[in-house]
Amino acid sequence: MNANSSGWRPAMPADEETVYPAGSTHTGNRALMVEEPLIFEISNSLNCGVDLPEPEPGRPSRLGNLARDRQLGLPGLSQPEAVRHYTRLSRQNYAIDCGIFPLGSCTMKHNPRLNEQVARLKGFADVHPLQPEGSVQGALAVIDELAHWLVTLTGMHSVAMSPKAGAHGELCGILCIRAALEARGEMREVVLVPESAHGTNPATAAFAGYRVETIPATADGRIDLGALRQRLGTDVAALMITNPNTCGLFERDMVAISEAVHAVGGYVYCDGANFNAIVGRVRPGDLGVDAMHINLHKTFSTPHGGGGPGSGPVVLSEALAPFAPLPIVRRTAEGTLTLIEEETAEADAPESFGRMTAFHGQMGMFTRALSYMLSHGADGLRQVSGDAVLNANYVLRSLEDVLDAPYAHAGPCMHEALFSDAKVAEGISTLDIAKGLIDEGFHPMTMYFPLVVHGAMLVEPTETESKATLDQFIAAMRSVAGRANDGDTSLLQAPLHAPRRRLDETGAARKPVLVWSEVSQFERVE
Amino acid sequence: MPRYFTSEHEWIEVEGSSATIGITDHAQEQLGDIVFVEVPGPGTTLAKGAEAAVVESVKAASDVYSPVSGTVSEGNAALADEPSLVNSAAEGEGWFFKIELSDPGELSDLMDEAAYKDFLVELG
Amino acid sequence: MRYLPLNESDRSEMLAAIGAASIEELFADVHPSVLLDKPIEGLPLHASEMAVERHMEALASRNMAAGQGPFFLGAGAYRHHVPALVDHLIQRGEFLTAYTPYQPEIAQGTLQMLFEFQSQVARLYGCEIANASMYDGSTATWEAVTMARRITKRDKALLADGLHPHYAANIRTMARFTRDRIVHSAPSLDPDCGLDALAASIDEETSCIVVQYPDVLGRLPDLAVVAEAAHAKGALLVAVVTEPVTLGALATPGELGADIVVGEGQSLGVGLQFGGPYLGLFACREKHVRHMPGRLCGQTTDVEGKPGYVLTLSTREQHIRREKATSNICTNSGLCALAFSIHMTLLGDKGLTALAAENHRLAIMAADRLAALDGVRLVNDTFFNEFCIELPVDARPVVRELAEEGVLAGVALSRLFPGAPQLASGLLVAVTETTTPEDIEMLARGLEEKLA
Repeated sequence: MNANSSGWRPAMPADEETVYPAGSTHTGNRALMVEEPLIFEISNSLNCGVDLPEPEPGRPSRLGNLARDRQLGLPGLSQPEAVRHYTRLSRQNYAIDCGIFPLGSCTMKHNPRLNEQVARLKGFADVHPLQPEGSVQGALAVIDELAHWLVTLTGMHSVAMSPKAGAHGELCGILCIRAALEARGEMREVVLVPESAHGTNPATAAFAGYRVETIPATADGRIDLGALRQRLGTDVAALMITNPNTCGLFERDMVAISEAVHAVGGYVYCDGANFNAIVGRVRPGDLGVDAMHINLHKTFSTPHGGGGPGSGPVVLSEALAPFAPLPIVRRTAEGTLTLIEEETAEADAPESFGRMTAFHGQMGMFTRALSYMLSHGADGLRQVSGDAVLNANYVLRSLEDVLDAPYAHAGPCMHEALFSDAKVAEGISTLDIAKGLIDEGFHPMTMYFPLVVHGAMLVEPTETESKATLDQFIAAMRSVAGRANDGDTSLLQAPLHAPRRRLDETGAARKPVLVWSEVSQFERVE
Repeated sequence: MPRYFTSEHEWIEVEGSSATIGITDHAQEQLGDIVFVEVPGPGTTLAKGAEAAVVESVKAASDVYSPVSGTVSEGNAALADEPSLVNSAAEGEGWFFKIELSDPGELSDLMDEAAYKDFLVELG
Repeated sequence: MRYLPLNESDRSEMLAAIGAASIEELFADVHPSVLLDKPIEGLPLHASEMAVERHMEALASRNMAAGQGPFFLGAGAYRHHVPALVDHLIQRGEFLTAYTPYQPEIAQGTLQMLFEFQSQVARLYGCEIANASMYDGSTATWEAVTMARRITKRDKALLADGLHPHYAANIRTMARFTRDRIVHSAPSLDPDCGLDALAASIDEETSCIVVQYPDVLGRLPDLAVVAEAAHAKGALLVAVVTEPVTLGALATPGELGADIVVGEGQSLGVGLQFGGPYLGLFACREKHVRHMPGRLCGQTTDVEGKPGYVLTLSTREQHIRREKATSNICTNSGLCALAFSIHMTLLGDKGLTALAAENHRLAIMAADRLAALDGVRLVNDTFFNEFCIELPVDARPVVRELAEEGVLAGVALSRLFPGAPQLASGLLVAVTETTTPEDIEMLARGLEEKLA
């Protein structure tokens, strides 16, 4: 059995006497924080928030024998009820608009509202993906222009625009690699990933039919070039590497790493989740990368929306470009833009590995990302990476005396600062520090990732935080870390001031309740 | 009945040509609250070191490898409804599966209780 | 730089605190040969909000918006009226700028919404459980095929000929790499969905059959027939619903026997957006939950016993299970799920039923009007809000010419099935509550003129 080396074990506080003295109100509400029931509990079958003609009974139908004969049980609300329900729910969320959201690896930066406005222009928002090309030249121009930015910023040959998110982009890149190998008549079996990789990397490689092998790291948190060279051989299809890596460090040997992989005929896939650290300063194409997805929702500020939608275009080297998925936007000799789909693929993109989504990718994210790029320009994007790295180093140096920082000795970090629970008193863990930060009014850092560091805490402030905010965050973190180091067990009870205290994740997983039913409601009332 | 242990934190108790296998108390402690266990069904043949079962906590999933070769005679059905048995009685009622040994000679590679205790001390 | 709060004095102070002379010094680990010392050439410099707005408006104006004239496109993306409240609510910063709810104590808004969304989707599809969404209907469909393989440990998937060809293309792409065997052919302009032949071809190696409902030609396959045939051979029925409004009028796939129901949720709340972002819906039987891809939100309690919500059963997912995960999916379509859920809440049973009835009423009006044109044949004998007509000529040039005259007439089947000459005369026409009788008249007259 492989043990749980990350140390992540959600636990409910056992100590009964310290249970929060319920701020006892009649309603359970606490001033602005109002308890909100489920839509299923507040609606009835008569309420409705739209005006539509009443269906006339006995009207002709062409539904054959498939007309529905029972209620679906979908709750309805009038508009005033709905606006209140969702507004109240929204107030139980922490968000970037409320404060710093320093989730390492996730890049929670300010989401400019200009981008929201632009994405909602009728000419973008109200256009069907299958309209004749002549009626969507502006949409194709957005794709073309964004592609130009991405290719230029990365120094790559071309870009596949259709992947719907980062993980989908990874799949796109690995499928390009596999198609390229197949075109060479090679069936390689192995994809190498460093220990510190995002979970999506091995999941993607395994999906594409590869065996995943892990490459160890050196003491300074980088990929072990010697171990890599030793492992490389003609069975290796690709190395999936993240640069800057998930420890927040730039892979100094990146060029040599790429050369070594290329020397055995393999390809270099770079996870572009951390491109925001180097945008405008380093072009992955110069590092020997063959494929890299770009999370538009990270580097280019499209909103995370509580978990998507993302967008993950994949920049490709010349070697992989012919295998890119359909559809492809291309400029014709006449200067108009055209879509290469199945119809013309045989002639215009004969080696494309095919389609991986129904339509053309995340247009609604393209317009936002392009607005962001145009706003910053080539000069501003350089400042973006510079300020992101400056902010992270400021956090690193301001906290390294109270929290163990495993790689701080190795030089500056990039866009995120990595800490561990090594200095924390026995019985208190990373989880407790995170929950303590919640009570201080901050969203916690990423916990227990990367897996290579026990009790990892990964702090990514991004460039859109002011020095004043960072100073407040640092002061709060120093206080909470100090309590953790001193063995202050009151942290085990945190958070005390959030809309909810610690939740029973074990119970949720043992007896999953995934949908509302009259029964589950009854149980809860008991 | 002799009880053996592996460096992967499984225990195996042998009675004649059959054996009962589970994970050690140390292992359940590392995992935290167990929320799900998947055990092999009767008739499954397992080679030594093969993935035999899965044990999950909220934030971790671990494969359990068979410490010996053989054919599964029974999986512990009680774990489906009550995975917490692994927490409360890892080395008793929380057993995973029973197996008919095909090569009892493999047992000689395993640790006895004292050796496993030393091994845990070494792990720190 | 309006999005960057650090000023020069902040930067100097922070560099001093770090002990670095410049920001460039922080990039010391990058070899100088690959570190750029000035802005990348070939790209413009920063621009004001007004300048960006103008640039983007100019691009937008080069598209013909669906609302500019009569509009009849469907084929997996439908134009519906979205109440103004939906967009207002999803733009609340607490929803828009939050992340995946990793810290449930301060993400109950998103989590409760996801629980409500899962409950709505499960009921809409007639299934026991649903997940917190996928990228879109097409990716959800191939995830369903891989899930069926995990459950049945078989590797042959039969796709009904009425499955959207782009969905089928996705599945074929993935199968090329996963080595699943995929059986699929193009449909013909026939009112019969060909389910009998499909049911007869199910064998002991079949993992699943994938049937779109209504299918890509708008026909309504009786899922119950194939469900029985599939289950008799130990295979699963995957039903695909590209138009959720359909289920305001039709029996749910779950009640007809589907084991996994997936589909596109774009119709409700999300909008056309030239194809994305959309919203993949995914529902199935509870006993298959551990084989499901994607995030799941579950109900629980906090230490004070108050009800609350968490992401659960995460051990299926890539961040824990890595190469053994059920899928590599990470981010889903959270904000689109919120839009869908709000729109669905405004509708409720009553509104969804009325909306479906209105769609069907107008679709019948359009089908009858177009079928009355000389040389035009209505292919479907059943349909919901989309149907196929056969023209006496190739449909593609007709569609292009009508677009130039401001009428977006529908989707020519040759765009979807370029390799199937028997479909070249087919035109797919979708009608929703946004279609007016005048629009239908303009389409009819336009077609009449082109066919004369």
